[in-house]
Amino acid sequence: MPTVAPVEIDGFVVRAGFLKDCAYFASGEGEILLSGQGETRLRPHKAGLLAAVPSIDGSALVTSGDDGCIYQFGSDGTPVLVAERARKWIDLIATGPSGAVAFASGRTAWVHLADGREKEFALERAVGGLAFAPKGMRLAVSRYDGATMWWAGTDGDPVELSWKGAHLGISFSPDGKYLVTAMQENALHGWRLSDAQDMRMTGYPAKVKSFSWSAKGKYLATSGANAAILWPFSGKTGPMGQTPLQLGTRNETLVSAVACHPEEDVVAVGYQDGMIMMIRFADKAEVQLRRPGKGPISTMDWDKEGKRLAFGTEEAEAGLISLQD
Amino acid sequence: MSATQDASAQIPVTVLTGYLGAGKTTLLNRILTENHGQRYAVIVNEFGEVGIDNDLLVESDEEIFEMNNGCICCTVRGDLIRTVQNLMKRKNAFDAIIVETTGIADPAPVAQTFFMDDDVRAAARLDAVVAVVDARHVLQRLEDTEEAEDQVAFADVILINKTDLVSSEELANVEARIQSINPYAVLHRSERCGVEIAKVLDRGAFDLDRILSLDPHFLAHGHHSDECGPNCDHDHHSDECGSNCDHDHQHHHGHDHAHGRHHHGDTHSVKSISLKAGDLNPDMFFPWINQVTQVQGPNILRMKGILAFKDDPQRYVIQGVHMIVEGDHQRDWKESEPRESRLVFIGRDLNWDVLRDSFAACAAQ
Repeated sequence: MPTVAPVEIDGFVVRAGFLKDCAYFASGEGEILLSGQGETRLRPHKAGLLAAVPSIDGSALVTSGDDGCIYQFGSDGTPVLVAERARKWIDLIATGPSGAVAFASGRTAWVHLADGREKEFALERAVGGLAFAPKGMRLAVSRYDGATMWWAGTDGDPVELSWKGAHLGISFSPDGKYLVTAMQENALHGWRLSDAQDMRMTGYPAKVKSFSWSAKGKYLATSGANAAILWPFSGKTGPMGQTPLQLGTRNETLVSAVACHPEEDVVAVGYQDGMIMMIRFADKAEVQLRRPGKGPISTMDWDKEGKRLAFGTEEAEAGLISLQD
Repeated sequence: MSATQDASAQIPVTVLTGYLGAGKTTLLNRILTENHGQRYAVIVNEFGEVGIDNDLLVESDEEIFEMNNGCICCTVRGDLIRTVQNLMKRKNAFDAIIVETTGIADPAPVAQTFFMDDDVRAAARLDAVVAVVDARHVLQRLEDTEEAEDQVAFADVILINKTDLVSSEELANVEARIQSINPYAVLHRSERCGVEIAKVLDRGAFDLDRILSLDPHFLAHGHHSDECGPNCDHDHHSDECGSNCDHDHQHHHGHDHAHGRHHHGDTHSVKSISLKAGDLNPDMFFPWINQVTQVQGPNILRMKGILAFKDDPQRYVIQGVHMIVEGDHQRDWKESEPRESRLVFIGRDLNWDVLRDSFAACAAQ
């Protein structure tokens, strides 16, 4: 039986997850709780915290806030200032290979390399989202009317991918073959990078705010409907012409967060009312992990082994779900 | 038409507009320095000299998103969506939001953001659009620019500032001109924005439940429907659609993007129309209002109404911006109240006669 251990936190939980074995919970009010061997509470930012993203190897957490600062720290909890843009609200971060950190404000994106060098990318319209490709130092920036990709280490020309509308959240498939954006409208858009073939993924009743690639990148799980929508990305044509899986359908309640299991074809689905379910792709078998609470699930992530799930809600609730004692 | 959200969970938002130099920053400073016990998050276009210690200050850049259908009037402000989402991560840190727009901004995308974006809609509700105008220069600005006219047309509250710089006769002219554009805005006079804060903030003017209680003149403006003031020339409404007006925007999505702006220099293009009827037939009214807003949406700046539907004991309150229409039941009609339906349109190039006749056709038999 799964067990839920609640965690005390003081605000909207922006991000929860694991730095190796240590669970972290980052709140919009600025508090960061590290829960490993004992508990550590930090407040590196002067005021609120807007984003938190773990490094690719899972050893550190990078956070940004409305003080314009970007900090990085490991499970020992010592914050290191990565970069600062005074008086800017930094709400977009992405972590890349070799300790690279990308962040954006307004129409500018920056990549900060581990050796301290910074590279600036100017856009005509505001940056909607940031993502690093799984291989190589390549940054993708979503924007109005499409996305732009740069090699952060060289001065080559960017690759432009166009599709009308405002593109926000952005993610590469784990094999690097596809780039997917969530739009201001209730839709996802994708590009097959080998030939810039467009892929429209529509039919959502709400904006897609959470997406998660399944083990080996076979499916992209998304929020934004009254079920988790999982688009198949195996095969040569990706989701084109295929029907997505719909898991954990509930009549009136929208899915607000999704987190695919790191090894199994299983997804954790968090709902607007705070409920969390775990669902197996093959037979849609469901296990309830948490009963409804006070507010929408805002963040979830599995530990590396897929035995524990950290979650948080918009209403200052958080916890650790263990699948086995 | 959707039901309104739970207002108690939504943060009230005041949009502060006004042409360059009218006194927006002065008003903002007054609001922020007065001892009112409220904590504000302030969204400004650029950090100016506003010194704020206890309030959240956010810079934004008025980035307009058109919806994918390419429709010019279905726009929202992307920066505002993002800022409100970020503010929601700290919703315990403030009680209300003030959005200061640049002096030349079109207020429509701001207002629409609070209707069209689901996340913003769930988190925040538009309390009122407050316009500051400079009594000495506003008439000239209304001649020169469409933006100044739009700001007056969109406003729920208008602060006529710098009244010490004009004669009482000039001031009367200014008020008459403003009222001819927007008859239901509440007007206040001020010098150096010296106005009671309560008259500007927490007005609930965009709140369906409070439209009437805050617009006491709304029902009293009967003369606008069938009589006109000295400055009004009714023939304008129908004659305006002459050779240079392309009224073929039945195709409401994907129409000529230049349309809304082709009257530059037409100094009297915004007009208000007030329509009156008794009980309405909802089966006639809703298709009609949908059709009107679809076809005329680009020209409708604001629309507000209180409606009586046949056999319905409750008042129905309706409001809109361009093509977006929102309505809900409000409360029972009181026995002392005449069951009267009233609808005000403020817009550009609206065909008064067609609107009046087609509205009249919605009357319950």
